[in-house]
Amino acid sequence: MRNTQRTQKIAFFFLFLATLLIVIPVGMIVVIIFQKGIPAINWQFLSDIPRQGMRAGGIYPAIIGTLYLVLGAIIFALPIGLLAAIYLSEYAKDNLLNRIIKLAIVNLSGVPSVVYGLFGLALFVVFLKFGASILSGSLTLGIMILPIIITTSREALESVPQSFREVSLSLGASKWQTIRHIVLPNAIPGVLTGTILGLGRAAGETAPILFTVAAFYLPQLPKSIFDQAMALPYHLYVISTQVPNVDEKVRYGTALVLLTLVLFMNLVAIIIRYNFRKKKKW
Amino acid sequence: MVKFNIKNLNIWFGQIHALKSVNVEIEANEILSIIGPSNSGKTSFLRMLNRLNDLHPEFKMSGWLEFDNEDIRKINIEDLRKRVGMVFALPLPLPLSIFDNIAYGVKMHGLKRRERVSEIVERSLKQAYLWDEVKDRLDVSAFKLSGGQQQRLCIARTLAVEPEVILFDEPCSGLDPISTAKVEEAMLKLKKDYTIVLVTNNVKQAARVGDRTAFFLSGELVELDKTEKIFTAPADQRTDGYIRGKFG
Repeated sequence: MRNTQRTQKIAFFFLFLATLLIVIPVGMIVVIIFQKGIPAINWQFLSDIPRQGMRAGGIYPAIIGTLYLVLGAIIFALPIGLLAAIYLSEYAKDNLLNRIIKLAIVNLSGVPSVVYGLFGLALFVVFLKFGASILSGSLTLGIMILPIIITTSREALESVPQSFREVSLSLGASKWQTIRHIVLPNAIPGVLTGTILGLGRAAGETAPILFTVAAFYLPQLPKSIFDQAMALPYHLYVISTQVPNVDEKVRYGTALVLLTLVLFMNLVAIIIRYNFRKKKKW
Repeated sequence: MVKFNIKNLNIWFGQIHALKSVNVEIEANEILSIIGPSNSGKTSFLRMLNRLNDLHPEFKMSGWLEFDNEDIRKINIEDLRKRVGMVFALPLPLPLSIFDNIAYGVKMHGLKRRERVSEIVERSLKQAYLWDEVKDRLDVSAFKLSGGQQQRLCIARTLAVEPEVILFDEPCSGLDPISTAKVEEAMLKLKKDYTIVLVTNNVKQAARVGDRTAFFLSGELVELDKTEKIFTAPADQRTDGYIRGKFG
């Protein structure tokens, strides 16, 4: 009897320890970035162009560039991803073609991000002649987050109870009406979760934008989607490794802005999702 | 008048032979009760009548199934389901308000005028004896209602699209006796205007409301006759055994 209890306590201890080990690095990342980055944050840092070879001034073009890229990636990936998820969850029969499609999606999510970068360079920049531009970068990031959006959206659609579909159909609604009025509204929170994950990933990646859009130093804002742009992750890479004598607080300040931007976007999506969940009635 | 004419109907779900050579004629304005143990094919039979079995990925059928003298496979499936409504075993409100639950069918069929929709909602709720209980809170979620109220809501929702036939799939299996009595009362009143097919696990319920009763066992239709006949002098021993509670 006592032995069982001791085993239980030991098991509990290790389970708790493992969980704690996850929290510590996350907490430390946030604490260190905040501690070292806060001194750099002021209005000029957020609203000015980089000056003196990026050692002074601000990071405004990189913030705007990242926002454009994330927005572009979502505009491209969300509709396509959602439509594909609807097809896979509601229409696809279990046959060879659909198994290949599902396999492709799983594999797409396993491709290293630098490979997406090279792919974007070959397809969008060179072959389609979009050049190194926001368009090329957005499309590359969009393809990268497609599998996340498809997989989570599909799970969200499939978690809507089958009985709702049967009720709707039994009342003489068509399959599309059933999807449009019953399945989709109840899947939106899950779709948003996928979008959140995609947003965070697209905002933070360096490799896919390296060859497709990112400018080393561009002290002005992009004027169209065919312009190059600076982006926060790449700018951080540049000032951390390529430019000598950059003040530490500028580097951490940039990291802090990137982190806050991602957290802020997530927060917005979480609030939207929360409001939908509150309305959920079953 | 014969509403459904079913000849030599066989259906399969993958390897499972769920209905074996079933022959039935369902008359207009009758209540046909279907009894039988679980897995006897009674629900599969019911779901043939509005082609809900078609949702099963491995569904196959052979034989002849006519609705109003028309091959059921040739009727547009949405029209068929509009004409043949269904009430499910568990109360299944849609995640919408009470009003929108009732209005769902007619809206999907293209009715837009608000006053007309409101009329239909009120009429349907009255027919299902629910109006007085919910008339002041039509915009609350249907999930706020009690189980019995939810099931009457589902009946009202089915009535709202003005079907010719209503299929009840064990509609009282989750309800207390008082709610059950209310649902049965509604069914008996509806008989005047609708054809009703009732699948039930409750043998006494079949005896109370059915004009005719069919007994299914292992996918076969064992016996179909007037309810008094089935319950007093069944022709088949197995029917007798089931009714007396010897098995199932």
